[in-house]
Amino acid sequence: MRFFAPFLIALAIAAPATAETVLIRDGRVVTNGAAGIIENGDVLIVDGRISAVGANIAAPRAARVIDAQGRYVTPGAFAAMSEVGLSEISGSGAPNDASVEGQLIAAAADAGRAFDPHVSAVAVTRLEGVTRAAIAPSSTATMFGGRGALVALNGAPDSVFGERAFMVVELGETGAERTGGSRAAVWPAFEAALRDAREYPSRYRSGQGGAVLNEIDAAALQPFARGDGLFLVHVESAADIRRLIAFKRANPRLRFVIHGGAEAWRVAPELARSGIPVILDPLSNLPDRFERLSARLDNAALLHAAGVQFAIAPGPGSVDAHQARLVLQLAGNAVANGLPWDVAFAAVSRAPAEIFGVGGRVGRLERNYAADVVIWDGDPLEVQSAPTAVFIAGVEQPLVSRQTRLRDRYHPNR
Amino acid sequence: MYFRTCLAVATVLTLAACATAPNEDAEPSPQTPFASTYVPRPSSPTLIRNATILDGNGGEFAGADVLMREGRIVAVGQGLSANDAAIIDATGRFVTPGIIDAHSHLGVYPSPSIPATADGNESTQPNTAEVWAEHSVWPQDPGFGRAVAGGITALHILPGSANLFGGRGVTLRPVLGARTVQEMKFPDAPQSLKMACGENPSRVYGGRNSSPSTGMGNVAGYRQAFANAQRYARRLEAAENGDGDPPDRDLEMETLAGVLNGDIVLQWHCYRADEMAVAIDIAREFDFRIAAFHHAVEAYKIADLLAEEEICAAMWADWWGFKIEAYDGIRENIPFVHAAGGCAIVHSDSETGIQRLNQEAAKALADGRRAGLEISRADAWTWLSRNPARALGIEEETGTLQPGRRADVVIWSADPLSTYAVAERVFVDGALIYQRGQGQEHFSDFELGQAYREGGQ
Repeated sequence: MRFFAPFLIALAIAAPATAETVLIRDGRVVTNGAAGIIENGDVLIVDGRISAVGANIAAPRAARVIDAQGRYVTPGAFAAMSEVGLSEISGSGAPNDASVEGQLIAAAADAGRAFDPHVSAVAVTRLEGVTRAAIAPSSTATMFGGRGALVALNGAPDSVFGERAFMVVELGETGAERTGGSRAAVWPAFEAALRDAREYPSRYRSGQGGAVLNEIDAAALQPFARGDGLFLVHVESAADIRRLIAFKRANPRLRFVIHGGAEAWRVAPELARSGIPVILDPLSNLPDRFERLSARLDNAALLHAAGVQFAIAPGPGSVDAHQARLVLQLAGNAVANGLPWDVAFAAVSRAPAEIFGVGGRVGRLERNYAADVVIWDGDPLEVQSAPTAVFIAGVEQPLVSRQTRLRDRYHPNR
Repeated sequence: MYFRTCLAVATVLTLAACATAPNEDAEPSPQTPFASTYVPRPSSPTLIRNATILDGNGGEFAGADVLMREGRIVAVGQGLSANDAAIIDATGRFVTPGIIDAHSHLGVYPSPSIPATADGNESTQPNTAEVWAEHSVWPQDPGFGRAVAGGITALHILPGSANLFGGRGVTLRPVLGARTVQEMKFPDAPQSLKMACGENPSRVYGGRNSSPSTGMGNVAGYRQAFANAQRYARRLEAAENGDGDPPDRDLEMETLAGVLNGDIVLQWHCYRADEMAVAIDIAREFDFRIAAFHHAVEAYKIADLLAEEEICAAMWADWWGFKIEAYDGIRENIPFVHAAGGCAIVHSDSETGIQRLNQEAAKALADGRRAGLEISRADAWTWLSRNPARALGIEEETGTLQPGRRADVVIWSADPLSTYAVAERVFVDGALIYQRGQGQEHFSDFELGQAYREGGQ
């Protein structure tokens, strides 16, 4: 599904001055594309992009050749929801940019302009094969959770490649909590907020002001309210999902993706018809909240069988700034509960890119795609596996983090 | 400092009786309040054949059998036979002791999570050694059934870590369909005391402009409490010897005195290496044992000290960064503790994590090996069964597959240190309490009759 994406995308990821030409030879290449999985395949990286994928690619002059020895070679994983880069330490009173308090800024919160590529979690995450992430604030004071961003995890100054890429909106229990404590207030408030945004700036200049939103939030919401942006909606229950489907039918210009969707399996055929994708947590199987009463481990498998587009990430409430690397474990658990392997791997690599409108640039090992490539020492969805090499935009990343430094300092055999 | 005045009790209770966990008497008595009424499910002799067995003690056996009878392991080996046993062909399968989660809040922080059910922290005073987590356990928490599906055969329910002294913990069986917590209590298992170092107590009480608000305040709190408990214990002993009146019954002092005399097993939430070292010195000062540090995110920095002191460390595979005391977490924490000869435990502290502790152990195993350590998968299973049993004081009962132990056994579909492995059958005390795909997933009362279960759209 192609999304028109007017938000700023740095599509031309600048080739670094030291861009290498690299030929990865003889891997089990997971293309995430029409070529499927190529046994004994090669991947050629030139100037930060995939130049060729296939069998027996001739090595250009001056290419560094890496023998993958039959091991998995995959696109980098894409954490479809994370707070990576928004805090160094999320608690202890340390600064945490994921949590926005007060009434001044909610919808206008801009995660891309809070992202710090140098936090230790970035290196910790990328050395486990996760190369990209969608980040968003964890909480604001209103139903609008602010604008998220798409980031690369190479720690580079230009690593935000999708600014203001989506607007988080809470339309389930959390939305109700922030809107008078009741779902009965949520939809009227949401509709009024959309009107405020569509009528920005006129109703604000006239002194009338917004019914729900202040001027700053209205300005931020406007492109999304006009259909020029993606709403990332937190809903979980079957009833709330149905309400969203109905709302989309009545407002066909607006674009939505669901984050959560624990009960999506109960409305799978309708979801498939609606075209609304779901970012789901395959470990969610407890009625920890009343909106997740029927959460079950085979949610992903059931959605797949019904033809619903989905990605895999931690669910709302489980998203954090430090463990984006575990998204591969989530995908492996979806396989253990009935999802085919290739679909599960795509759910943490290609599908997030497609959902966020960058599916033509990242998430596959195909010609012209950004060269996010990982070589693994085993099945990437097995918890015992780890990368032996990680490339982001064609630059090999050091498999070093603050954690590996601590490991080395305290190693029993030091 | 935080004495509670208690109602005088007509019966003079001996110190030992106060502190002793409920024993094999099914009838509650003044000496054994809230005694376990756990009864194993009916079982018949069972012979599991031709599996790869990880025995929980570091041993691995290919093509081997396990014989269970009358709730106990009878034999583990090759070519076993038993005329009276039902035979399960486990060719291609793996068999292990059941997983024991040494740190759970199931029942006290159950699903659904709403203010009324959040009963895990009596965060009204820094010292609530008088409360018992078992009195907050809601047996209908759906999390218990999910845990069984993950191969859990015993779990330790603790109060949270808001307080210096959180209260007594309890080891439970995940009894599906239990109506009372007494029906779940692991027979003869000692109770624990939950203590907490570090940021949580000082944040909770410091935030109320109350003590403790600093690490030093925490330590003064521990030390004064144990000093008071020593005095209480001396008065009690003196009274038994006819010297003076016994002190008024004091539930808080009973718990602390139980730690001093070893009846109550100390589980201490503590992240930082330096704070663990201080805790060890407190234990020396007051002459008590610490059974395990929990979370112990920096255990790897003092792995030698922990091994020497024989203090277990119950850890996560890889949680870090959510507080500054968790900032130095590394993936090699568990294997480094193991490599130093310590008692490494994989715990969950999570209603989701408890469902797949085998995967957490697998992560730690792989990271240890990548760091150059030689660790077998059978070694890794000790982190899930024998070592937690040790920390909980039930090592003689369960945690290993050896003759005489309770038959707490799991048959796995594949190598359980794989993401793809699932528990196919779970036996507790030799009875099959769970079998995957048999349509009898247990649903607690809370889940019964919900619309989605009744074909509701």
